[in-house]
Amino acid sequence: MGRNRFSNIYLMLVFLILYAPILYLVYYSFNSGGNMHEFEGFTLDWYKEVFADTRLLIIVLNTLVVALLSAAISTILGVLGALAIQQVRRRQPKNVLLTLNNVLIVSPDVIVGASFLILFTIIGIKLGFVSVLLSHIAFSVPIVVIMVLPKLEEMSTNLVDAALDLGASRLDVLTKVVLPYIKSGIFAGFFMALTYSLDDFAVTFFVTGNGFSTLSVEIYSRARQGVSLTINALSTLLFLFTALLVFGYYFLNRRKALAVGMEVKQ
Amino acid sequence: MNNNNARNLYLIPYVAWIGLFVIAPIVLILYYSFFDIEGQFTFGNYVKFFTPTYLWMTLSSFWYAFLITVFSLLVAYPTAYLLTRTKHKQLWLLLVILPSWINLLLKAYAFLGLFGTYGFVNAFLELVGIGTRQILFTDFSFVFVSVYIFVPFMILPIYNALEKMNPSLVYAAQDLGASSWTAFRRVVFPLTLNGVKSGCQAVFIPALSLFMITRLIAGNRVITLGTAIEQHFLVTQDWGMGATIAVFLIIAMALIMIITGNRKRGLAR
Repeated sequence: MGRNRFSNIYLMLVFLILYAPILYLVYYSFNSGGNMHEFEGFTLDWYKEVFADTRLLIIVLNTLVVALLSAAISTILGVLGALAIQQVRRRQPKNVLLTLNNVLIVSPDVIVGASFLILFTIIGIKLGFVSVLLSHIAFSVPIVVIMVLPKLEEMSTNLVDAALDLGASRLDVLTKVVLPYIKSGIFAGFFMALTYSLDDFAVTFFVTGNGFSTLSVEIYSRARQGVSLTINALSTLLFLFTALLVFGYYFLNRRKALAVGMEVKQ
Repeated sequence: MNNNNARNLYLIPYVAWIGLFVIAPIVLILYYSFFDIEGQFTFGNYVKFFTPTYLWMTLSSFWYAFLITVFSLLVAYPTAYLLTRTKHKQLWLLLVILPSWINLLLKAYAFLGLFGTYGFVNAFLELVGIGTRQILFTDFSFVFVSVYIFVPFMILPIYNALEKMNPSLVYAAQDLGASSWTAFRRVVFPLTLNGVKSGCQAVFIPALSLFMITRLIAGNRVITLGTAIEQHFLVTQDWGMGATIAVFLIIAMALIMIITGNRKRGLAR
């Protein structure tokens, strides 16, 4: 009994520390005093300021556009990649492809950012929206591949053979058998790509240039100038948005999983 | 034949992606490391890397990354272990991961408030009679915030490894008279070693190359390899030296992957 209590306290402490900074930001976003240490009174002024700041709103829009576009494009590329890797039967080339696929995932962000900066400068792509979008696509593709490939590997080849025997064309097999089967992997990949893009700072910071900015980069430059409660208000909104997205995804997945009668394994 | 064609069609965009965004960037980094700031071919960057300034920086960067990894592991293992024991563990796990989905910058920014001179932590220290301390811009705050940020990435693989483990193995050990500690040390821990290893990988490599936390939280007191690369690329515009440091970081990364990855591959085959 005592041991149980101890472990509960430990878990509580971990959760407390994990959420402390977030709750701290949320709490002071309602502070009418201009700082993060003395709570003077309740106000929504900082939220009004966020919504009045057109520059900030444009940056939020930029961030969302980059995230959605890069997630969509990298999902298509990633699914193609997974299909390609799956059809390579010989072990050696397959391992080479898998290793190359994982390079960007394990590389430190700084190196990815710096090398993309060199790449774009050499090719002659102007730093800004296009370079940010391209680099987000680039680092999201391997994530999609990793989410989709296991689904493809667990699919029985009999399904494809049966469809072919029944007279389906290659395209039919892909759109009516394979893609529906790996749908959950594709959605997981898209979702992961989306969150990676929304969250990325280091890579974007390198390839963003002067005119274009995403939220992370903007927060970084504002945070370096000192404390401003607009950032708190903004982060509260972002936190709610993320939590909604994550829980929505979780419960949607759970419902689906329950319907099929099995637990989702991440 | 038909099959082959279809495969080639899938391969084209994907291989183009690999060529452009995986192979080309690595080659370019290597290429640029042989040029100095004026664009002349030189080995000078490599010579410069082996001067005490850069070696010292590399060493301290490794030391901090090591500290961050060890503390993350110490916090994450019990957490992952206890999580597998809770009801609704999927939901709890989600709650652990949720903060890692919050923008990194915002969390670092929150610590500016928490650790600041008039922040919550100092108010607390004042209350218990220790008194106000300088917390921000110290090694402590740097390691603490880094551990805070990386801990979910350590918890996840360990949790997965623990979940995969067959619980009857522990029962068997206990039936054979092992104490819980012995059962943990001889059965549970070795079986989850792969999770620990991938967790350490997921923490150590990014910790080597942190740069925004060093700037925001450590106030430029801690210089990691990541900070140095960022400095050379974006501030001093000495791409050659930045690329040289990146080359060494890539080598270090590859070594770490080989050291921690070997066993896993051995088991898989």
